[in-house]
Amino acid sequence: MADVAVYKSEVKPDWCPGCGDYGVLNSLQKACAELDLAPKDIMVVSGIGCSSNLPGFFNSYGMHTLHGRSIPVASGAKFGNHEMNVIVTGGDGDGYGIGVGHLIHAMRRNLKLTYIVMDNQIYGLTTGQTSPTSEKMTKTKSTPAGNLENQLNPIALALAAGASFVARGFSGEPAHLAEIYKKAIQHKGFAIVDVFSPCVTYNKTNTYPFFKERVYKLEDENHDTNNYEAAMKKAQEWGNRLPIGVFYANSDRPTYDESEPVLANGPLSKAAFKPLDPSILLEFV
Amino acid sequence: MKRKTVSVWVGGAAGDGIASVGESLAKIFARNGLHVYAYNSYQSVIRGGHVWWQMRAGAEKVYTQPENCHLLIALNQDTIDQHALGVEKGGGILFNSEKLQVRPEHLANGAQSMGLPMTQLTKLPIMQNTVATGAFMFLTDLPLESLEKAMQERFAKKKPEIIEANIQAARAGYEYAKTHWKGLNLGLELSKKQRLVMTGNQGIALGALAANCKFYSAYPMTPATSIMHFLAPHGPKYGLLVKQCEDEISALNMAVGAGQMGVRAMTGTSGGGFSLMTEAVGLAAMFETPVVVANVQRGGPSTGLPTKTEQGDLFQVLGASQGEYPRVILAPQTIEDAFYTTAEAFNFAERYQCPVLILSDLMLSEHTETVDTLDLNVKIDRGEFVKEYHDEGPYKRYLDTPTGVSPRALPGTANTLYVSASDEHNERGEVISDVFTDPVMRKKMVEKRFRKMDYAKKDLVKLYPPKLEGTANADVTLVGWGSNANLLRALMRRMEEAGTKTNILLIKVIAPFLSDEVAALLKSVKHPIMIENNFTSQMARLIRMETGFQIQDRILKYDGEPFVPSEVYTQIKKILAKGAPAASPVAAAR
Repeated sequence: MADVAVYKSEVKPDWCPGCGDYGVLNSLQKACAELDLAPKDIMVVSGIGCSSNLPGFFNSYGMHTLHGRSIPVASGAKFGNHEMNVIVTGGDGDGYGIGVGHLIHAMRRNLKLTYIVMDNQIYGLTTGQTSPTSEKMTKTKSTPAGNLENQLNPIALALAAGASFVARGFSGEPAHLAEIYKKAIQHKGFAIVDVFSPCVTYNKTNTYPFFKERVYKLEDENHDTNNYEAAMKKAQEWGNRLPIGVFYANSDRPTYDESEPVLANGPLSKAAFKPLDPSILLEFV
Repeated sequence: MKRKTVSVWVGGAAGDGIASVGESLAKIFARNGLHVYAYNSYQSVIRGGHVWWQMRAGAEKVYTQPENCHLLIALNQDTIDQHALGVEKGGGILFNSEKLQVRPEHLANGAQSMGLPMTQLTKLPIMQNTVATGAFMFLTDLPLESLEKAMQERFAKKKPEIIEANIQAARAGYEYAKTHWKGLNLGLELSKKQRLVMTGNQGIALGALAANCKFYSAYPMTPATSIMHFLAPHGPKYGLLVKQCEDEISALNMAVGAGQMGVRAMTGTSGGGFSLMTEAVGLAAMFETPVVVANVQRGGPSTGLPTKTEQGDLFQVLGASQGEYPRVILAPQTIEDAFYTTAEAFNFAERYQCPVLILSDLMLSEHTETVDTLDLNVKIDRGEFVKEYHDEGPYKRYLDTPTGVSPRALPGTANTLYVSASDEHNERGEVISDVFTDPVMRKKMVEKRFRKMDYAKKDLVKLYPPKLEGTANADVTLVGWGSNANLLRALMRRMEEAGTKTNILLIKVIAPFLSDEVAALLKSVKHPIMIENNFTSQMARLIRMETGFQIQDRILKYDGEPFVPSEVYTQIKKILAKGAPAASPVAAAR
């Protein structure tokens, strides 16, 4: 097991004091240490938003990309060198709003990526507007009379889109969260972890106490992570009891990286350069 | 001077197999030592509409599709009605006489009616185009064996009966023509000289393969899709992974991700898809990640004319993405050039760690032409790398260097961890936009990135020096870009033959613009005329912006169809009759 300090970069996080994202970062560092992943073999990719600053605070390779585009950039990186552990991080606006199109296709594609969504149910970096996971009628700067749209259910969405690993954590339960990350990183295929990561500045509803009172662990209730129907049923729970833990894990589904014949010969980034075989011109004669 | 050429039009509805007749004939011409140039006019439908393949072949280089034809192969009545009068005197209209009609008015320009009683010649109506092609072979005095071989290749994957039936149909057409008509006696000079028959997009795709591109991500969009269609079946053999993405946003962002890992990566699209890609073009520039993007222009704006040619995206590509950033934009001119330019684009992308944009157009990308040969052993320059790092301080991915190029360490390397950020960052890659914005660092990084272009420009001047092609001291200089290179060469030949000293200036390097070189050339010419496929003369305006030189006379076409050489010729004559324009106020002010 590596020292957690190995994964801390020289840059100190600039999140608000008490932000849920600290717990997400610490748990991720803990998970990587316990899995003994070499920082040089990790690529952390984020979009834009408060939470997307994470790669800068994590000592590994990283890319802090465009708003909503972390998944395609990370997918390209995985295609480029599939020996790397590619971890994607971002917020609910980044992943479930502007980037949701890419997310759905990444889930059905099942390329091996670990996707961590710091879900605070609000747009924080732009100073507090409604997000896809904001509860209906939430009053924000952009919806002073209350948000009229239904709340997106990321767990049900992930299950419907064909994600092969679907989990939820809470940054107020860091040890539990680290365990989920370890499973997600080791999962063969696309893994999504939605994390309740409270915004202490702009979301006065979905706070630490809000979640502490409501969360319970799926494993404590003997939830079967192989059972898709049971997972979908659990995904519908929202109210006084909020399940956290692994909803669904299916390692039997072939991953894109292992199904793509071109990748069988090793990473594209390590392929030798060769002159093009002239026989290719025969079809033009 | 009348060159010995053969011109053929093949027309019908989408689904009639026009392109298969056209492609077979193009190969047959090429295998008999002829140069070929073909343009297929089609619409955005899968069945129906009007497809019109226009092809010319000859022993001397042919630069454009023909304006008239010796033979019209008509697969429906619409083709006869629309194109019969384009058949030259003494030429013929080949058609199914049992279903279609050639009336006297169709023959007003002296064409012969060449009806083929199809049910007597083939059992299957689907083979009527093969029968007509067989007749074509006799009339143009081409060896029937060439057609038989083409049939064998085209149906290689089908049952032997299908091949045999097609060969029988071809022979029946040939024999019927021999019995009923005289050969056209075109005097084609056939030879054993072999050439390649290709499209521009195949040139681009082959260029990518030759450059060892290993990742091509794209979303289908006409007229760029055929790049993907070539690479998808051929790429894997050469270690290239093709990924069809959910949209163009994903396509370029994926290519950037792969590029970051050290893979030569590319995407291709048309203007609409490029609109979606633009944010990621800036990302590649900010990350300093090599990536190649081909934009094959079609008629715009919006969905515009999906299957028609235009050069309307010049300013779009120049203005792509917010802010200011270094990039290279190249506009290839011919199929050979599309091949070599694409291969070289990867070198520029890696040497200067920036996006390289290839600006093609439908005419260049989709037309078919013979190519003498291609040197597949292209030069590879991967730029500067840090393969091992043992220095005391941390590795600086964005090190400020005299050339602006910071040697790259690829993710996976030990001791060189870094994060690339789309935010402004310092030499380490650390974001400087949060907490405390550092104006001194910001200025330094902008200058570092742009410094790369000073060096790229030097390379570009050496590799693609702007020059006047043709006679010195010409009376008129035709200026153009992209696929119109072919047109301009044809016009130059025609003008010279008519006694007007003519040369041409082709703009290939769009960014960084080679202002000094182009300005010097324009100062030396007597009468420049801009010829391009758009309404606002974007290239003339770019030239004015970059050189201060105003090209006053412009011939513009924006109806979707390519220029018709004789029409342009007439327009040039009209312009010349007015005399040279007075020096423009802009030019005088220089």
